[in-house]
Amino acid sequence: MNERLKNRQPTKMVPVPSHSIVPERDVDKPPILECQHLGIDFGGLTAVNEFNLAVGRTEIAGLIGPNGAGKTTVFNLLTKVYQPTRGTILLDGKDTHGMNTVQVNKAGIARTFQNIRLFDKLTVEDNVKIGLHNQIRYPMWSGVLRLPGYWKKEKLAHESAMELLSIFDMQDLANHQAGSLPYGAQRRLEIIRALATNPSLLLLDEPAAGMNPSETADLMENILKIRDTFQIAIMLIEHDMNLVMGICEGICVLNFGQVIAKGTPAEIQANPKVVEAYLGSQKKEG
Amino acid sequence: MSFLNNLITGISLGSVYAIIALGYTMVYGIAKMLNFAHGDVIMVGAYMIFFATGSFGLNPIVGILLAVVVCTVLGVVIEGLAYKPLRQASSLAVLITAIGVSYFLQNAALLLWGADPKVFTSVIPEGSLPIEGVNITYVSLVTVLACIVIMLALTWFTSKTKMGKAMRACSEDKAAAQLMGINVNRTISMTFAIGSALAAIASALLFSSYKNLIPTSGSLPGIKAFTAAVFGGIGSIPGAMLGGILLGIIETFAKVINTNISDAVVFAVLIIVLLVKPAGLLGKTIREKV
Repeated sequence: MNERLKNRQPTKMVPVPSHSIVPERDVDKPPILECQHLGIDFGGLTAVNEFNLAVGRTEIAGLIGPNGAGKTTVFNLLTKVYQPTRGTILLDGKDTHGMNTVQVNKAGIARTFQNIRLFDKLTVEDNVKIGLHNQIRYPMWSGVLRLPGYWKKEKLAHESAMELLSIFDMQDLANHQAGSLPYGAQRRLEIIRALATNPSLLLLDEPAAGMNPSETADLMENILKIRDTFQIAIMLIEHDMNLVMGICEGICVLNFGQVIAKGTPAEIQANPKVVEAYLGSQKKEG
Repeated sequence: MSFLNNLITGISLGSVYAIIALGYTMVYGIAKMLNFAHGDVIMVGAYMIFFATGSFGLNPIVGILLAVVVCTVLGVVIEGLAYKPLRQASSLAVLITAIGVSYFLQNAALLLWGADPKVFTSVIPEGSLPIEGVNITYVSLVTVLACIVIMLALTWFTSKTKMGKAMRACSEDKAAAQLMGINVNRTISMTFAIGSALAAIASALLFSSYKNLIPTSGSLPGIKAFTAAVFGGIGSIPGAMLGGILLGIIETFAKVINTNISDAVVFAVLIIVLLVKPAGLLGKTIREKV
């Protein structure tokens, strides 16, 4: 693991109104994301309930919990794949109630997927350009008639795509079909595609899944780099505890759709409820 | 030389099928539905050109442009009113709706314009190229050229422009496209607009060769173009072109043998191709991941 990760000092976290903590550097500004009493039922099943969380503007937040705890459901609620049954989601202070997926994306939430969902038949560059769809605009007739505006904007799109690809040193792969990339590269491309939509909050759903330890270490370094370069908040779901404890500043633990703990990595590691959720309770033998 | 002449007729007829098939294949590729009303949009386009050039004496080019505008609007309206509310419904419900829209258009045309056949005046000057031995009519020439231009333009559009890429993204994974900020509904509308505009152009070319126009005139070319799309591999743009042209050639040669069995031969070939290659000539077999 490189020096920067090794020498990381724990971030000082301070409490904010919605029973959460955010990094001290973010506390003067309103949190980028605030969930209040968020919940969703599927028929009679309550998948997520009373989810309260605030995420600071440049925070790297972790969402962990055992399988089926409702972590991805939270992401689906934030991106409006599901409409919440209860509660509110404030994005940069604005209520996202009634917005659809596209509007939430335009408002600043982008995500990756647990099962990679790239556009396999498109090239790597075109995948990134799909993310740039709402950033670089030109009218359709300008494209059909190949007016100067089209060439200018397409050139801009190409340059932006290449710049984004350079985050992960993937410029050389620009003309490859996305579906033909190795697994790790596909995961990285998904992050770039999400970044291309110019988010203020980036949701990463198991970014390290299937990566080896050295790839994971690179990924951690790159997540920090993305946060520092773009000055955005990143929220990630991850099972790799090295990654979560290594880079997350605030961690929220879900179990059976309920938040069972919130705190800094050190606090979470010491929390008996978390240990119990992961390992089961110790039954005392009579 | 009759072989060559038949081949030319076949390619020209096939080019029209190909242009119509593009409408089927693009809509299928992106909205995953079969728009059986597509053939009737052609019929509406043909009536527009007929009235514009015949009754009002407008320039054929103006007539075609008018038909393109009317068909584009019609396509988008049909999509918005009939198909959009069924986005989450089963594909069977959408299919039945499409058949309903098809009958609606036919009967609306019957009501508005009557059942008596209209004789379409060709929008392209009559006559042939002055080449000894082969008979290349101007209509055939323009049809084939139009088909090539449309094919190239469409390929370029889908691979090089923002909207085209958004269409391809939607055809692969609508939910992921939405999460990347692409408005899927607008993309689908746009696909219908393009398909219907092509239908209008196809109507001008088709009825310049086959002049009888009645409210059901669109349905058989529609079905054949659909066949061509399936033949070539539905969802694939080059597939629609290949399927259309092959179908036109097969149909023309079958007509030489016996006019009565030409349609039977066309569909028999389709059945054989689908038995050997279920996804069509250029279609890719999708293997479900388990």
